[in-house]
Amino acid sequence: MNLTLRVWRQKNARTPGKLVTYKVNNISPDMSFLEMIDVVNEDLTLKGEDPIAFDHDCREGICGMCSMYINGRAHGPEKGTTTCQLHMRKFQDGQTITIEPWRANAFPVHKDLSVDRSALDRIQQAGGYISVNTGGVPDANEIPIPKDIADKAFDAATCIQCGACVAACKNASAMLFVSAKVSQLALLPQGKVERKTRVENMLAQHDAEGFGACSNIGSCAAECPVGISLENIAMLNREYLGAKLTSENVG
Amino acid sequence: MLLDAKIPEGPLAEKWEKHKFNVKLVNPANKRKYDIIVVGTGLAGASAAATLAELGYNVKAFCYQDSARRAHSIAAQGGINAAKNYQNDGDSVYRLFYDTIKGGDYRAREANVYRLAQVSVNIIDQCVAQGVPFAREYGGLLANRSFGGAQVSRTFYARGQTGQQLLLGAYSALNRQIAAGKVLMFPRTEMLDLVVVDGKARGIITRHLITGKIETHSAHAVILATGGYGNVFYLSTNAMGCNTTAIWRAHKKGAFFGNPCFTQIHPTCIPVSGEYQSKLTLMSESLRNDGRVWVPKAVGDKRAPQDIPENERDYFLERKYPSFGNLVPRDVASRNAKQACDEGRGVGSTGLAVYLDFADAIQRDGLDKVSQKYGNLFDMYAKITGENPYESPMRIYPAVHYTMGGLWVDYNLMTTIPGLYATGECNFSDHGANRLGASALMQGLADGYFVIPYTIGDYLAQMKTEKVTTDHPAFKEAEQQVTSRINKFLSINGTKTVDHYHKELGLLMWDYCGMARNAEGLQHAKQKISELRADFWQNVRVLGENEELNMTLEKAGRVADFLELGELMVDDALNRNESCGGHFREEYQTPENEALRDDANFAYVAAWEYTGDNQPENLHKEALDFENVKLTQRSYK
Repeated sequence: MNLTLRVWRQKNARTPGKLVTYKVNNISPDMSFLEMIDVVNEDLTLKGEDPIAFDHDCREGICGMCSMYINGRAHGPEKGTTTCQLHMRKFQDGQTITIEPWRANAFPVHKDLSVDRSALDRIQQAGGYISVNTGGVPDANEIPIPKDIADKAFDAATCIQCGACVAACKNASAMLFVSAKVSQLALLPQGKVERKTRVENMLAQHDAEGFGACSNIGSCAAECPVGISLENIAMLNREYLGAKLTSENVG
Repeated sequence: MLLDAKIPEGPLAEKWEKHKFNVKLVNPANKRKYDIIVVGTGLAGASAAATLAELGYNVKAFCYQDSARRAHSIAAQGGINAAKNYQNDGDSVYRLFYDTIKGGDYRAREANVYRLAQVSVNIIDQCVAQGVPFAREYGGLLANRSFGGAQVSRTFYARGQTGQQLLLGAYSALNRQIAAGKVLMFPRTEMLDLVVVDGKARGIITRHLITGKIETHSAHAVILATGGYGNVFYLSTNAMGCNTTAIWRAHKKGAFFGNPCFTQIHPTCIPVSGEYQSKLTLMSESLRNDGRVWVPKAVGDKRAPQDIPENERDYFLERKYPSFGNLVPRDVASRNAKQACDEGRGVGSTGLAVYLDFADAIQRDGLDKVSQKYGNLFDMYAKITGENPYESPMRIYPAVHYTMGGLWVDYNLMTTIPGLYATGECNFSDHGANRLGASALMQGLADGYFVIPYTIGDYLAQMKTEKVTTDHPAFKEAEQQVTSRINKFLSINGTKTVDHYHKELGLLMWDYCGMARNAEGLQHAKQKISELRADFWQNVRVLGENEELNMTLEKAGRVADFLELGELMVDDALNRNESCGGHFREEYQTPENEALRDDANFAYVAAWEYTGDNQPENLHKEALDFENVKLTQRSYK
């Protein structure tokens, strides 16, 4: 395949960026999208030009590190797929592909396609956990959890923290991300004790980081590579209302 | 230097309990006077950092990723073992211990493995308490499945994402301590050297990957939890960033390297498709619960799988190993797949693949049930290969997966440098020459949650609380070495890329020190790697500067270390004149092509001591005593 790439190049957060065009040839349809960029980077390096910086690590769709806006879509055109699992066979010979970083105020650009997503970690630190020390816990089968509840909690727990939901949202909201953790832990008996403070603290941190509010458009869920459902946002809203409107230990 | 494994006296089942009582304790009020560095935030690192902070120590945690949650433990799919015997199928701590020792081809330390089996039970309790959504039965109790090398169902799992869910549990415990101010987290920070003061590990030198800033950090003890070094092969199932730098630098500062040549080759990986390939993707071993492995009986049979009738197929694992069938351990399954391909019976365009077929399972249990069990893995396969595994069998081939070698540690997980610990995959201790499925997650969490928090206290209690400041000459010297190495990379300005060297090294390692080795090939590889290493330092091209995000510079440092480690792996493989587990020396095999051990001469851990640049390393031997398990030829027939 022969392709024209338009790639966002930006030296660092303080320097303005711009789209730069590269012609690339002999791309195999079996390559992953990131392997295609590897090939481009090898050529750039040999020519003495700075290779394109991008985030990636596991290359098997689970670590959540890869992040790119491809032709106006988070992680590219294929539904339910991270960039590292996107393959060139999904593109056409001769196509022009525009590649940009995630864009959100809460995600400053490090360089080229690499952005700072540490805000998401700080939201987790605000309460995305169950307060239990190591040791001294009950036997794992002591508290049975109905299969459908465990499955639902699992569905929410699959979030990989890639930030596509933020990138896809016109408000740059991270609600889908927050809702996934809140739902997972609120569903499980072990997580119920702290559910009120958890949702309040995580949402407060979400706002403090500069993410926008949710306006129920749903592009976050549409672009989520692991299929986190909008139902989690509904649950988040219920949890938040419950925390605000009920007294301790009720509801 | 005498190698002392510090294995406690007494019967196997009582060693750990006794040892826990005998170790010195740090008074709770004094714990806050001690600083501990943890490098790596995977299962071993995150669990250790969180637990030590819960106990009251001041912890600094480091990872090269942008978030602690992205450590490569996240990619483990299949499950985690624990001797809970919830299925009433005869499991016990002793059976898990026995399976692991046998699975490791009798090259692991009995005491460590027994402790691992003991604490496996607590790990599941801990993870459930943290909200890890393990698979459950309809009655609400935990579900189990079986894995290679075992005849009981003791594997706990969370769909095909067990590693992710366990890591998120440890990450949440870590987050809680970060919020509490007890852990200082340093993401996008890579350790580039270890600082040793008066013979003790007292700190590290790091580089911030965005700003290039070289920083110094001091502590009372340093824990390395940096994972394996399988990326020495370039193509592996490891994440792209996994590297050996932290442990290799520690090795050069005096930490012995144990069994470097023990590499696990995982049998069920999606085969290589082209030159550009950057990464191999594993299909979980759990697939072999229902998938049947086969190749055509006839050499050169290139028909489509559905056109090959049943009686012209060779289900070679079921044929040769009737009692374990498709669930033989990984080294056995891998070697047999290679053998079938070497005979010319491999399938697919390259001939380097065998089929993993679900047709029978789909017919027996229905499409729905199969997709419920393995759906996400099937989707992943379809995405990568563009083929539908529900309609035609998957093609799989063995790939480099896990390294059983690593820094030598004693029973307390301390390396030969006092105050330097190694946990999880980056130590050598628990898996012998082959790791059974679902035991890496177990070891990572066992070390982090339940071993190191006890044993490190013993060391700290015996040292003074005085801090070494980073003004100490040892820090200055290490910092200066790191800086001049970086400047060297940036000044070579040669004509070949870093990846070029990495790929060349990987091919050499795979061809000559991979699934099968022989003395002649290893000698050849040794020579070639040494030439490649010299060429690297002459002709590598690293553009840009240090004071920016410079991914080529990062890679250059890692590949430089892989080049040195590769040579040591080859030396270790040459030294071990026997076959065991993942180390298969072609000269040493049974008439049935099984690995032939030499217990009289090689029942030891090879611990290598660095003696200087371009000098041969010194070999130390830790004899392995098997008091409880009788050494026998491994049989899965």
